[in-house]
Amino acid sequence: MPTDLWSQFDAAPLALTLRVAGVATVLALLLGVALGWVFARTRLPGRGLLEAVCMLPLVLPPTVLGYGILVLMGRRSALGAWLREHFDYTVIFNWHGAVIASTLVALPLVLKGASSAFSQVDRNLEAAARTLRQSRWSTFVRVTLPLAWPGILAGTLLAFARAMGEFGASLMVAGSIPGQTQTASMAIYDAVQAGRDDVALILALVVSAVSVGILVLSNRFLQRTPS
Amino acid sequence: MKRLLLLLTALPLLASAEALTVSAAASLTDAFKEIAPRFEATRPGATVRFNFAASGVLLQQIAQGAPVDVFASADQDTMNRSAELKLIKTETRRDFASNALMLVTPPGSPVKSVRDLTRDDVKHVAVGKIASVPVGRYTQQALENAQLWAPLQPKLVFADNVRQVLDYVSRGEVEAGFVYRTDAALAKGKVHIAMTVAGHTPVTYPVAVVADSRHAALSREFVAFLGGTEAQAILARHGFGKP
Repeated sequence: MPTDLWSQFDAAPLALTLRVAGVATVLALLLGVALGWVFARTRLPGRGLLEAVCMLPLVLPPTVLGYGILVLMGRRSALGAWLREHFDYTVIFNWHGAVIASTLVALPLVLKGASSAFSQVDRNLEAAARTLRQSRWSTFVRVTLPLAWPGILAGTLLAFARAMGEFGASLMVAGSIPGQTQTASMAIYDAVQAGRDDVALILALVVSAVSVGILVLSNRFLQRTPS
Repeated sequence: MKRLLLLLTALPLLASAEALTVSAAASLTDAFKEIAPRFEATRPGATVRFNFAASGVLLQQIAQGAPVDVFASADQDTMNRSAELKLIKTETRRDFASNALMLVTPPGSPVKSVRDLTRDDVKHVAVGKIASVPVGRYTQQALENAQLWAPLQPKLVFADNVRQVLDYVSRGEVEAGFVYRTDAALAKGKVHIAMTVAGHTPVTYPVAVVADSRHAALSREFVAFLGGTEAQAILARHGFGKP
């Protein structure tokens, strides 16, 4: 049985999933750390509302997210038409569309991890660095970030796992084009629809194994977070 | 109080005793929604519930034990497979409608025929998924006969059902798509019919009572009703042809 099942394994959707999730996680990490710091450390007016909006993809149905991207970036939208006109570029039926969807769903996890990690950093240590004539940026890079790092990394790993599982919004925006935009979750969906249980099963098993590995890693970093 | 509770728990049973679940091809959505109240009017107490999706998806659901009474598919292949899997009562099977395959584009498109799909400014062409959506297989046959299936491969975007193909075209996200005549008529103004596509097996719709149906008698009546003048008139108004 195992050899038969393995022969049904198609690596292309998994490779694309890892690529999409990887790029999305990097984008979410940059955005999430910046926003996390803002939410943890500043008294920006409207901060509560902005934070709620950033967290929204965590609770919204993926279809709302997909529809939103279509409306804002589809060919008939102002932005979509402009991109098409000037650069002959569109995120629709393009794996970049899946990256945008995955970044949006991954962002809340990095953001939450980063903002709680930043708020737990001892402000006295930062103040001490400032008295030692470190600039604000240098203090952030040399003191704050290293102290907050385990929490940020735990959130980032969760975000990667979540991005790997993205399905609904990506399907609406990028479509399921084999070899181009068909991620593992879409390949599983297509296989089940077509009654190809063997194809679905092997891919489901591999994706589950990868995800378990990421969650175990993430838990390790969380336990190291100073509380 | 006890009586009230008894009544409340019994209500869903009473209702479901008369409820028919019909799994039908996505292209039948509008016509069937109109046929249902007419059928219900002739059978007091009976209600019809619909489950619309690509025929291949409906077949998988029935194969996995979904409680369905009547199955209407958009092609003979899918119904043949359900007969092979012994999922339907074959003696109840009959064709009740036909349709045609159309090439549609957003309005103002330079695409006039399937040959134009090879143009450089045609980036994406929407078709139904081959494995589960009948309109995808009709399209594949037609394009293979025109020797365009292989060259068009990189442009193809596969949709979950015929209505999704129509949606892609009407939103302008693809330069062209293949749908049934009845779907093209639904999006008048939003999509333009470039041509009627030939070179595929005729599009006919078979219907049958599902083998595990708990309401076999009512299901047979529904199948018979589809062949009657009232249902046929509704189907014709939506653009379907005679079987």
